[in-house]
Amino acid sequence: MGEARKVLIDPLVDNNPVTLQVLGICSALAVTTSLLPALLMCLALTSVCALSTAAISSIRNRIPNNIRIIVHMTIIASFVIVVDQMLKAYAFETSKQLSVFVGLIITNCIVLGRAEAFAMKNGVGMSFLDGLGNGVGYSLILIFVATVRELFGAGSLLGYEILHTVANGGWYEANGLMLLPPSAFFIIGLMIWGIRAWKSAQVENPDYQIHEVHRTEVL
Amino acid sequence: MANKESIGNVLFVAIGVSLVCSVLVASAAIVLKPRQLENELEYQQRIILDVAGLYEPGADISELYSAIEETSTELASGEQAPVYLVRSDDEIEQVILPVEGPGLWGTMYGYLAVESDGRTARGLQFYQHIETPGLGDGVDKPAWQAQWKGKRLFDDNGDPLIEVVKGPAPEGSDYQIDGLAGATLTGRGVSLFVQHWISDEGYGPYLKSLSGKEMQ
Repeated sequence: MGEARKVLIDPLVDNNPVTLQVLGICSALAVTTSLLPALLMCLALTSVCALSTAAISSIRNRIPNNIRIIVHMTIIASFVIVVDQMLKAYAFETSKQLSVFVGLIITNCIVLGRAEAFAMKNGVGMSFLDGLGNGVGYSLILIFVATVRELFGAGSLLGYEILHTVANGGWYEANGLMLLPPSAFFIIGLMIWGIRAWKSAQVENPDYQIHEVHRTEVL
Repeated sequence: MANKESIGNVLFVAIGVSLVCSVLVASAAIVLKPRQLENELEYQQRIILDVAGLYEPGADISELYSAIEETSTELASGEQAPVYLVRSDDEIEQVILPVEGPGLWGTMYGYLAVESDGRTARGLQFYQHIETPGLGDGVDKPAWQAQWKGKRLFDDNGDPLIEVVKGPAPEGSDYQIDGLAGATLTGRGVSLFVQHWISDEGYGPYLKSLSGKEMQ
């Protein structure tokens, strides 16, 4: 049981796909201007990730090596289409805001990465938990970024006004930068800094060590 | 499995996965279709209300929509085309015309609201298009849509005049609309099909009949 717990909990902070592996940044920038689309995106990605890793793991002993990536893509794409159809049926307006980004889950590196790195080598149950954990890890970051952006960019959360903005006759001058994509970069960057200051094991070794040259070596 | 890499197994897995996935995708599409169509219809009604300035967030759409009167007119080709009327005190206050035509990537479907004089635009909104996200989909931005209000549809000879220009429209122009940066072709498409729908081949005769008395 300890291992299952580790597989599920590890991707939340210690091995987070966004802040440690720096994957899935594209959608993290695009869908976090307000909280509601971000929540739907998290739900979509988490379900696709968990279901497709479980499905891939269940046939992992039959998938020929030569066509494994295309088999992964087929399975992932099918789940993405199903999720997209569900959103169009049950959350129509928000799915319009998400536009292409649900479809782009097909090419999300987190999903394909977990399929290739974990689901091909582990059992169905473990793979499902791994997919779920990574989806939730991605979701935590998205929800945090979207909360900061909507709160300071529009003064509201889920559309309800929290900070009374000047535009509505209040006191809070909304920060327009928060609604633009670069702000997500700043927020994710600061989060990575914060997490690595807290968990120093995540700090990477420098790629290059500056080598001190002694006069004798030059000569 | 020893023969995992054999051609037989490759074909078996490829065909098997494709079959299972296609059944999954197809059944999801079929089961959810009625609900999606319902949503789309409601969204169209919402856009009609929005372009008419009658939409209130959170209100019941079918209730608001009961204020819209659906009628039709005959085009030059002999086809019946729908027209949506908004009346206040029995007088026509504005007319809403469905317009559609090619954008950059596909057909754009929307509604053009016209004042009761039949010569002044009130708004243009799309309910379906596949223009480039971030560039051409700027047609959904309220700031761009707001420019249509009060623009002249026709020149003095009654020919279609209103257009989307490339780059910003000249200061004070009463018939030109700013182009969208990076979406010149979307703007050109919108100009052409809006002009088509208000021309004599489209709703032109109907629009002119609204202001018939003033024009003669």
